[in-house]
Amino acid sequence: MKVLICIGHVPDTTSKIKFIENDTKFNTTDIQYIIGPHEELVLTRLLDLRDAGNNMNITAITVGLAETENTLRKVLAMGADDAIRVNAEPTNAFFVAQQIAGVVKNGNYDLVITGKESIDYNSGQVAGMLAELLNFPSINTASKLEIQGEKLIFERETDLGKEVIEGVKPMIVSAGKGFAIEPRIPNMRGIMMSRKKSLAVLEPTQNGANTKIEKFYLPQPKGKCKMVATDNVPELVRLLHEDAKII
Amino acid sequence: MAVLVYTENWNGNFKKLSYELVSYAHSIAKSIGSQVVCLTVGNVSNENLQLLAQYGASKVLVCKNADLEKFTTQSYSSLIAKAAETEKAKVLIFASNASGEALAPRVSVKLSASMVSNAVGVPTSVEPFVVRKKAYSGKAFADVVLDAPVKVLTLTQNAYKVEENPQNLNIEDFQYQVDSADLKMLPSEIIKSDGKLSVSDAEILISGGRGLKGPENWGMVEEMAQILGAGTCCSRPVADLGWRPHYEHVGQTGKVVAPNLYIAIGISGAIQHLAGVNGSKVLVAINKDPEAPFFDSADYGIVGDAFEVIPQLNEAFRKFKAQQ
Repeated sequence: MKVLICIGHVPDTTSKIKFIENDTKFNTTDIQYIIGPHEELVLTRLLDLRDAGNNMNITAITVGLAETENTLRKVLAMGADDAIRVNAEPTNAFFVAQQIAGVVKNGNYDLVITGKESIDYNSGQVAGMLAELLNFPSINTASKLEIQGEKLIFERETDLGKEVIEGVKPMIVSAGKGFAIEPRIPNMRGIMMSRKKSLAVLEPTQNGANTKIEKFYLPQPKGKCKMVATDNVPELVRLLHEDAKII
Repeated sequence: MAVLVYTENWNGNFKKLSYELVSYAHSIAKSIGSQVVCLTVGNVSNENLQLLAQYGASKVLVCKNADLEKFTTQSYSSLIAKAAETEKAKVLIFASNASGEALAPRVSVKLSASMVSNAVGVPTSVEPFVVRKKAYSGKAFADVVLDAPVKVLTLTQNAYKVEENPQNLNIEDFQYQVDSADLKMLPSEIIKSDGKLSVSDAEILISGGRGLKGPENWGMVEEMAQILGAGTCCSRPVADLGWRPHYEHVGQTGKVVAPNLYIAIGISGAIQHLAGVNGSKVLVAINKDPEAPFFDSADYGIVGDAFEVIPQLNEAFRKFKAQQ
């Protein structure tokens, strides 16, 4: 089975978010970049399934400039077989989906999988757009993957419970929490091997971005926390009722 | 020209989220001189459909089709795109929930539309069309310009106030032939949850962290939730340790929530957790460590041992509720 996993190159989850150039650009100073946490869990699950004896070739792809290669090398060190970087600034989800669609058309992948959303733009759009561009069936925010023989069995949480869905190849899936608990940590052998694995660089094919970010804002800072003493706990209930008027 | 809202129904019922979407759509329709058309699938009573008119819908398209009894992203997105074309929709509104997030990107490609997810308010301008959304997992917001003639938006839950805008409702049967190619990957099994209030729907959330020491101590959290009609959720370590199901995990890599009231018990307030909850209207932190970072973000706090504070607080909530 050929799998393409779409990897986001995103600021570390502990990052303090700041903007520059009149709040139009993210301030990358002192920011560590990581593999998108959702993708990291998805990749962990795929690697576990492969290690359990399932025949699987895992290619990682990202749309990004040269600095994203460190992130792809980490993905290779975790255990992905090879990687592709589309050499372009990922300006919006539709642009990214178009680039990946181009690669999928030439790649014969059975499963294309993304994290449920990037943790910077939080759009969660790439999987659905990609599915529509390719006219593949798709599942959003899958929470579980099992392989039974040739069958891929997914679970997806809905507002009423969950659905069990059998995959039909080729398919697009977005996934996250539930695929794995802890991400796999690359070992020394993985890190050594990653240097020898193929990381192909492709040029972007189309440019269809139809949204753009005009300005960023930080949330309003909170006022001071009103403290309630432990010998007067009911005071909190009074405050929530009379001061915050929330209950 | 219309603002089309995909109003999902749950066994024939709408919920607060549906009325938020319709109220939001009505506000946009007013600013672009248009009207709100809702689309829903399956059997919904006229009485329930009339509720949509209460919040601003002028028309509702009801599509009854046996092929749509089970959900696939392809069949539903084709249906919605067809309805959008029939109604000449300029703006399409979806919820930021399991189905809305699955459908909106597909529909946006079908309609060559511009799309924004997790909108938090009405457009700050309609010409150009600019919408504010959540970014950096709740740590920031971004104003996004949508260039294409058709705009697709998903609206963050609990971000827009339900407003009454009564209209005369025109109910139409929407005839639609499902393409069998769109019925790949139908769910083979649907497992109903236990009917507990979902983390995303709850207007009050009671959240527990590692400070509660073990899953056996969640009784008092559940009790508080029951008294207040609230949902329960947890921090990441709690979900990772298997004390609580992972769908209760709230934070940057779990669910990002924005209830009216969020009560955090025994959660220190790591930046990733705060990112997931700082859209809440009121935050309460209860922690025995006075240095816990949660107190910097909370509106109200108690420094104390949860095992002493929570039983007293539950008692006080119960008294308060009894007086209401």
